[in-house]
Order: sequence, then C-alpha cells, then structure tokens
Amino acid sequence: MSFNIENYFLDQSDGNVILFYKGNVDSDVINHVLDTVEDKMVEGNEQSRLRKKVYNVLVESLQNLYHHVDRVPDDFEDQAAEKYGLLAIKKVDRGYKIITGNFVHAENIEKLEEKIKRINRSSHEEIKELYKFILNHQRISAKGGGGLGLVDIARKTGNKLEYSFKEYNNKYSFFYLNILVNEEI
Amino acid sequence: MEPIIIEGTPKTPTVKFDSTEGVFEIKGRSIPENSVEFYKPLVDWLDNYKESPLTKTVVNIRLEYFNTSSSKCILDVFKKLEAIHKAKNEVEVNWYYEEDDEDMLEAGEDYESIIRVPFKMIEIVE
Repeated sequence: MSFNIENYFLDQSDGNVILFYKGNVDSDVINHVLDTVEDKMVEGNEQSRLRKKVYNVLVESLQNLYHHVDRVPDDFEDQAAEKYGLLAIKKVDRGYKIITGNFVHAENIEKLEEKIKRINRSSHEEIKELYKFILNHQRISAKGGGGLGLVDIARKTGNKLEYSFKEYNNKYSFFYLNILVNEEI
Repeated sequence: MEPIIIEGTPKTPTVKFDSTEGVFEIKGRSIPENSVEFYKPLVDWLDNYKESPLTKTVVNIRLEYFNTSSSKCILDVFKKLEAIHKAKNEVEVNWYYEEDDEDMLEAGEDYESIIRVPFKMIEIVE
C-alpha cells in the first residue's frame, strides 16, 4: 500500500473529529483554526479551565508547525505548501485530542525524538524546571521558535507526548504528535 | 519620551507605556507568530526609559493567553525592569490571573523566581 498520511487517523476510532486540516500552515490558517475551535468549545459549554488549556496547546502545536516543519519531499502531492502540516482535533471523553503531522528529514528525527523522550521521562516538577531553564537561557532561534513549545505542551496537559514516525522514503518520515488535553479528575 | 500606545488585536496585546505616568500595562492576548517583531520596540523603549525613570514604576500584566515565543520576549521586558530596579528605583509588577487559571499563576511565579523585582500575584474574580 502506498503512503497515506491519513492512515494514522483512520486507524484510531476514538472520539469525534471536530476539525481536520491538511495543507500550508500560515498565519491565516492558524487564526482560522483558533477561532473555530474556540467557538466550538464555547458552544459545547466546556469549562473555562479546559478551554484555556486546549487553546494554549493548540497555539503551540500550530506554531510548532509554522516554525519548524521541513519542506515536503519532491514527489509529495502538495508541492505548493511551504509549511505543510496536518491537524486533527477530536472531542474525546472529558477532553480533546490534538493531532499534528509534518514531514521530518531523516537527519532531524533523532534530535526530535530525543527531545520528546527527555520530556516524557521527566516528572511534572522536572518539566517546570526545564521550562524555566530554557526560558532563561535559550535565545529565540532563527526560525522564530523559542524551543519551549513541546515542554509547554507537556507541562500544561500533564500528559505524556504520544508520537510516531512513519517512514515516507529513505530521506523523509512523517511525524505525528498526538496530544491529549483532558480535565483533571 | 513619546509614549507607546498599541491597540490590542486577537493575537497581540494592548500596550500602554507612558513615561509621564508611572503605570505601564500589557493586556490581552499575546500569541503572534513573530513575537520579537512585536516586543522589540517595547524593549527598546524601556531601554531609553531606564536612563531617567520615575521614582516609582508599576507594571500591570494582564494576559489572557501568551505563547512560548512571547514568554521569552516578556522576560526581556522584565529584564529591563530589573535593571531599573537595580538602579535604586521602585519597580513593582502586578501579575493578574483569572481565578481558575493556575497555568497563568504558575507562569507569573516562573518570572518572579527569575527576575529580581517585587511581584504581586492578583487573582481576578468574576
């Protein structure tokens, strides 16, 4: 079977998809997604605490795509997109799942995975300290990211970062990040 | 010094920095993709202000949301305030957070632990 970036979602049957997007992630797309999801959460009478967490995590995930995605492979269907990303938001029991996807160069996989693993093996206190350390010591990169997005997501959700790399070809993989934002019980 | 008055947008905060009044304000949402572009003029302005500040400067930070790239720029703003404070001027930061927003309270506490300026955490009760 040929590579289909949507298979990852089709394999997961939990929750209702309230928003799905694939294509170029520019400033207008980010604004539109944020407005749409914020309206839906208000309509759905979500607690403001959960709404704020979802909104914050959504901002970071979208801006991670905006700042960090690698260019699409030469043979990929969508060549027009400069910053190609995929986003799905699902309503699940007591929360939301935010799933993003983007191409990663083979040579950048290890670094990204190491970063996620470090976050995932840290306690909540350690993540707080890591956040403060990066905030205070790392400058904003040339790409405009602060290097804090994933740490912030883990800190705000209190959940581990679920992720997966699916090989596209020998130069590229597609990276999925699956973030659960839920109410504390 | 010309004051900085910026109207808020859905992605950038309302800003009032006026050297004739001792109360500065950053309020609203701060989630731009390019936060350096937004904050650089504010940091530069404070750099000038610190040459002859008022004896007391109060800064009200009342943010609903801010992204991680703004968080670094906000730290730069606080570092300028720290320098003013260090030069024996009174500086006070009022950090507002909504009552159910522990994340915003924690964010204020992060800055409080990094920056040597007195912070007041103020809960907004609706």
